[in-house]
Amino acid sequence: MIISVASGKGGTGKTMVSTSLAASIKNNYNVQLLDADVEEPNSHIFLKPVFETSHAVSINVPVVNEDRCNHCGKCAEVCAFNAIAVVKDFVLTFPELCHGCGACSYLCPRRAINEAPNQIGTVETGKAGSISFVQGKLDIGQTMPTPVVREVKELTSREHIAIIDASPGTSCPVIAAIKDSDFCLLVTEPTPFGLNDLKLAVETVKQMGIPCGLILNRAGVGDSRVEEYCQKENIPILLTIPLDLNIARLYSKGTTLAEGLPQWQENFKEVFRKIREITGERNSST
Amino acid sequence: MKIAISASSPSLDSEVNPRFGRCDMFIIADPKSIDFEVVDNAGESAGGGAGISTAQMIAQKNVEVVITGNCGPNAHRVLSSAGIEIITGAEGTVRQVIEDYNNGKLSSSSGPNVSDHFGMGGGGGHCRGKGKAN
Amino acid sequence: MKEIVVLSGKGGTGKTSIVASLAVLAENKVLADCDVDAADLDILLDPSIQEKHDFAGGKVAFIDSKKCARCNICAQVCRFDAITDLKVDPLNCEGCGFCSHVCPVDAITMQPSFSGNWFISSTKYGPLVHARLGIGQENSGKLVAEVKRQAKIIAQSTGASWIIIDGPPGTGCPVISSLSGASTALLVTEPTLSGVHDLKRIIEVCQHFKVPALVCINKFDINEENTRLIEKHCQSLNISVAAKIPFDTVVTEAMVQGKPVLEYTKGRVSQEIEKLWNAIDSL
Repeated sequence: MIISVASGKGGTGKTMVSTSLAASIKNNYNVQLLDADVEEPNSHIFLKPVFETSHAVSINVPVVNEDRCNHCGKCAEVCAFNAIAVVKDFVLTFPELCHGCGACSYLCPRRAINEAPNQIGTVETGKAGSISFVQGKLDIGQTMPTPVVREVKELTSREHIAIIDASPGTSCPVIAAIKDSDFCLLVTEPTPFGLNDLKLAVETVKQMGIPCGLILNRAGVGDSRVEEYCQKENIPILLTIPLDLNIARLYSKGTTLAEGLPQWQENFKEVFRKIREITGERNSST
Repeated sequence: MKIAISASSPSLDSEVNPRFGRCDMFIIADPKSIDFEVVDNAGESAGGGAGISTAQMIAQKNVEVVITGNCGPNAHRVLSSAGIEIITGAEGTVRQVIEDYNNGKLSSSSGPNVSDHFGMGGGGGHCRGKGKAN
Repeated sequence: MKEIVVLSGKGGTGKTSIVASLAVLAENKVLADCDVDAADLDILLDPSIQEKHDFAGGKVAFIDSKKCARCNICAQVCRFDAITDLKVDPLNCEGCGFCSHVCPVDAITMQPSFSGNWFISSTKYGPLVHARLGIGQENSGKLVAEVKRQAKIIAQSTGASWIIIDGPPGTGCPVISSLSGASTALLVTEPTLSGVHDLKRIIEVCQHFKVPALVCINKFDINEENTRLIEKHCQSLNISVAAKIPFDTVVTEAMVQGKPVLEYTKGRVSQEIEKLWNAIDSL
């Protein structure tokens, strides 16, 4: 089963939820945690994995064979991203703008363009005790997170309960992270910002046809509009975590709820049970 | 010979546009006769690499000198490869700048005077990134 | 005219809440919400929309089925799995145009793809430019660039002294786009290990793009040890910590009331934000 954890709004507690969930069910299941928040991956702070492998994520960028090139300029003409320019007797490439579409090398009338990998990030794997751990990281100064997210997702194991920690927002790296998951856990806080961004996230998972449930974090300050919205939209609230300075302090030290306040393990196990119920029901009704 | 000056409006009284890659238009003038033509900058609305496409366009106009406010590293690279002299930090009207050029008051820059993404930023395309991972 | 962009790396550190209060303090400014993916600043500023514009993020391929010869070459060359059954999936299409170049019967055209809206609104604190990116759309930074461009146009025509930008979380395209041309970056962080980790990365981004930064530690008293860690790190990089805001539920209460916290209360949080603004104003 693949469970994605998303939110819309940043800072609602996705990482705390995904790592606490992983830590709570690890004794009963083979768990894999994939950190797909590649611009700011934080799950490693909580699960403290020992990394075993690391490989580069690259985009294929053009490399021009000057001996064959006659500077006709066709490559510059077809490039939609200005990643290749031709002036006088020079062909200049701009790898950081390249999207790796391959048009320039395919369409070069002199077959003068080859492709070579240009690193944009890394994917690392390891183990945090019995939990399998995968983390993607976008290199600083790089602009496109989605290819790194995709490579993280390639390592999703169907032999495990895979938990995917996504980035905030609802744009394409988030779509790539939650795509093909069996269930999406949405984490939000009971405030106007939390509600506003939750609506965007709900619309997104609905469009993708993924069932979802809510984890209401920092309950206690704010208002009841998130709960009312969930009732109206039939979104089950699977867990409520109160605003609590102790919990905040645990988080600030990089400790999961499961570890710091072990009574919470039962709560997360219950969340998992409910997810299985909901996805089980869905499967049996199709 | 011809010089290209980044501009905001189609006259010699236009203020020099502070950005090379994202300016609205260029005034391409013969500094001696002050004859000039106005050329639209189609690259202005590019998602990314505006400086690159603008520089290529200018290079095709047989211009020898570019005068502008700011020029980033990508545009600078393309213009230099085309053998075009680049003068940055220009201020005032196009007319004034041509006069300053003729009086030898302007000096060319040796490198870009702003870092990349200065003009607007915003990577092009959809940033879904490449297809097949490598 | 100076441009300050408020960033964080990590989401949820308090950028928007702080920007709303800076809006109360700063005179003669234009506000811009560049978190186009999940825009929240308007919730606190009670804007009235004056203009609404469509935004086309990039291009999407379109196959004219009447001209299509069903040779499938387009699908073969597409690296983004965007063509199935001779139809383009706009969610996957990268806009590269490769297919349109190889189609032997010219059946493919690249068309602008509508991906959201941007707005110009008036608020009692000044003009606000904001946007809403459509669900599942690419956030390439181009809509961010458009919001900034419009804010700059307004600032130039009104002679504003400041453009204050509420930035997005992360370190990728939209962040880089919001940083470009900024005079200063204000980095809002929190004293959690995640916050520290992400602050280091966003500082690197600012350095990479040569934008000077200053830091504000929000909710600093949740973990004063981490606060000291942040201060030490900033000191080692010659980055000033301009304010330390204590944790206070009053920030959420103000948000629920739809007000910037500076208008809601005059306690310690407000005082620290005033201190923050004074530091920014004197740069």
